Amino acid sequence: MENSPDPAPSLLEVRGISKSFGAVRALQEVDFTLRAGEIHALLGENGAGKSTLIKVITGVFPRDAGIVRLGGEEVAPRSAKAALQAGIATVYQEVNLLPNLSVAQNLFLDRQPMRFGIVREGEMRRRAKALLTDFGLDIDVAAALGSYSVAIQHVTAIARAVDLSARVLILDEPTASLDRHEVEILFGIMRQLAKRGIGIVFVSHFLDQVYEISDRITVLRNGRLVGERETASLPRLELIRMMLGRELAETTSARASAGEHRAREVCASFENYGKAGYVAPFNLELRHGEVVGLAGLLGSGRTETARLVFGAERADGGQATVEGAPVRLQSPRDGVRHGFGYCPEERKTDGIVAELTVRENIVLALQAKRGLHRPLSRREQDEIASRYVRMLDIRPPDPERAVGLLSGGNQQKVLLARWLATSPRLLVLDEPTRGIDVGAHAEIIRLIRELCDDGLALLVISSELDEIVTYSDRVVVLRDRAHVEELAGEAIDVGNILAAIAADSVAVALEAHT
Amino acid sequence: MKGLPPVLITAIVLVAGFALCAVQFPNIASTRVVGNLLTDNAFLGIVATGMTFVIISGGIDLSVGSVIGFTTVFVALAIERWGVPPLLAFVAILALSAAFGAAMGAVIHVFDLPPFIVTLAGMFLARGASFLLSTESVPITAPVYSTVSDFALRMPGGGRLTAIAIIMLVIVIGGALLLHLTRFGANVYALGGSRATASLMGVAVGKMTVKIYMLSSLLAGIAGIVFSFYTSAGYSLSAVGVELDTIAAVVIGGTLLTGGQGSVIGTFLGVLIQGLIQTYINFDGTLSSWWTKIATGVLLFAFIALQQGLVALARRPAAKRAGAAT
Ligand SMILES: Nc1ncnc2c1ncn2[C@@H]1O[C@H](COP(=O)(O)OP(=O)(O)OP(=O)(O)O)[C@@H](O)[C@H]1O
Ligand SMILES: [Mg+2]
Repeated sequence: MENSPDPAPSLLEVRGISKSFGAVRALQEVDFTLRAGEIHALLGENGAGKSTLIKVITGVFPRDAGIVRLGGEEVAPRSAKAALQAGIATVYQEVNLLPNLSVAQNLFLDRQPMRFGIVREGEMRRRAKALLTDFGLDIDVAAALGSYSVAIQHVTAIARAVDLSARVLILDEPTASLDRHEVEILFGIMRQLAKRGIGIVFVSHFLDQVYEISDRITVLRNGRLVGERETASLPRLELIRMMLGRELAETTSARASAGEHRAREVCASFENYGKAGYVAPFNLELRHGEVVGLAGLLGSGRTETARLVFGAERADGGQATVEGAPVRLQSPRDGVRHGFGYCPEERKTDGIVAELTVRENIVLALQAKRGLHRPLSRREQDEIASRYVRMLDIRPPDPERAVGLLSGGNQQKVLLARWLATSPRLLVLDEPTRGIDVGAHAEIIRLIRELCDDGLALLVISSELDEIVTYSDRVVVLRDRAHVEELAGEAIDVGNILAAIAADSVAVALEAHT
Repeated sequence: MKGLPPVLITAIVLVAGFALCAVQFPNIASTRVVGNLLTDNAFLGIVATGMTFVIISGGIDLSVGSVIGFTTVFVALAIERWGVPPLLAFVAILALSAAFGAAMGAVIHVFDLPPFIVTLAGMFLARGASFLLSTESVPITAPVYSTVSDFALRMPGGGRLTAIAIIMLVIVIGGALLLHLTRFGANVYALGGSRATASLMGVAVGKMTVKIYMLSSLLAGIAGIVFSFYTSAGYSLSAVGVELDTIAAVVIGGTLLTGGQGSVIGTFLGVLIQGLIQTYINFDGTLSSWWTKIATGVLLFAFIALQQGLVALARRPAAKRAGAAT
């Protein structure tokens, strides 16, 4: 970006790092160089080894071979604490701070301001407040972190790391649960830090963000270094080829015309459905073979709508109808009984059972649906598991591996497989492509279209407007916990969605002018 | 702050229980009875303080009862048979118990073993060792013992606040300050939230584990000395099963058995509730003292059910707040 042509001195040098987990060779002789004052994107498919490289650098995993130099001196931290002391602060992919501690304690854990051996609670809160203000958050820092949304927890984790980063800041998919506005703020702060000479490593599957923020890019594939480039001189297609090792198949299947869908049968409909203080009453019709996208800012009521539809939250008014018959959706069980599936946003807390194998995780919902007295035979389980492992390209393709050992993106795929295996009539997907690499991303979008063609009704939440536009037959736009607009057919484009999201603020802005 | 609602409930149960007892036996509401209650439960209050740290950090320490037993035997033999000055004997046994706890903590951390198993082994070890030292009860006649036993602060109303009750109160207050006001205390909660996360956030999890079990055993050692003052004897069968009373007091005091939440004050109230039940049974005179166990069991059950309810409740508003805050 605004770097002078003479290369800045290298701050962090990683040479010949190898790391195996049993038979899995997660990293093989990887080199990586971070200069002072640069923002360096570390990219690769799910399972390429990005998170592993980060954990090896910061001493969370011992390394099998290779050296790490920080500011010219060899370092070998043996724990996250040691890495912190050396000046390397990290937000790991599985961020989750400590929900049982207050926000302030989380920010200052193990480095609280002290006087006479006693934590200065007031001073700590004041500093916590100031720190979060930089990130545009004004919350009660004395409250337990667990009482806040995932996004706020994520911002807190980033704020902590930023505050701790003396020389190097590493962010492993920091933007996965942030909305556009929060991403802007984070980028602003990253730029400031870089100006101060701090080196920043940034992992993300959002290529737009990579091009917006990074100076250089390092690509890993299957645990090996593919190459290092200047962002400005690396065309996007070339980058994708580096990551995948092949061309990306054309994915944007044309949407069927809206008229055709008018004739489709209604799968489920919701009339005046809502819950006070949660989502304003809405009307929603979901038809077989149709994708309805839910767009809106974070906190606009998208996830809330999905939870109402599935029965995870009880409506306090309105009527739900499935295949023409009125039904009551009081619990997720009701949802499952009526053939609904729900893939939540937070895979770690709401879905994946880390200790179970890929196979067991995939058949979990199907087994629950059939009831315990009709167990799936091992052969059926194997068959189902290997089908989805193939279909979603879950890597490594071993159904007997514990899900907790898979990379983040692959865990997401397992969760998706679990619901697909129940052959639902209606599938609700909350941010299905979060944390999923470009290759699998395209696969999932293709899959969504295919499922639809088989008659499934889909309700998909996504912050990626381009993506929503690609697969939706109709798009419902939410704002301030209410459904404000429904777009169909030709009207679906990013501009219109943005206009609907922003309509309010534009009105406010206009008022302010007069 | 942390775990306040459960603590409040414990306090209400205690006050209500006390009021009920006082209605039936007006004599209970006197400083004399309260003083005795504190004295009788001094050793329990001390070990329970240590256990609170362990349980909040997500662990458990089953060895404390045996450490108390071993301590009484060691102290009695050292003073009476080996002619060691009492003070030196105390220092030696405290060093020994601290080392014992540190070793258990180290084993738990280094070999990544469940605390339940390691401290269970510690329990057998310490109990076995005390039998090796002596199988019979050894009376202690040293003059310090009678001096300390006679010492007491007079309370208005004729009650006596004995030396061992004072030691217990000091330890409870010290423990509360350590848990709630220091970095060490915050790290204890952090470990209970999630060991893996705490480690990623830079907490020295290994050192913390060693220190926490060391603290628990050290306090069990002090409790053992206090117990020897209380009974003026050392006996290898003393304090059998005390680890369970201790865990019960901690849980009744509102500490989450799964870790991450709780308070020393709550534990102290839990100890008092158990003491109150015992006192009631003594006053009644016709009830078997085993009713204490039954009442404790019922209370435990009620508190665990209550906590599950609170946890479930805490989950619900989380979703609402989540939206409102963005
Ligand atoms: N603790 C572990 N034990 C065994 N295997 C592991 C472990 N952690 C990671 N792996 C394996 O190492 C490989 C690299 O995983 P890593 O998490 O580094 O991928 P990633 O590039 O971060 O992917 P993603 O984009 O999905 O987060 C994967 O094959 C994964 O299954
Ligand atoms: Mg990763």
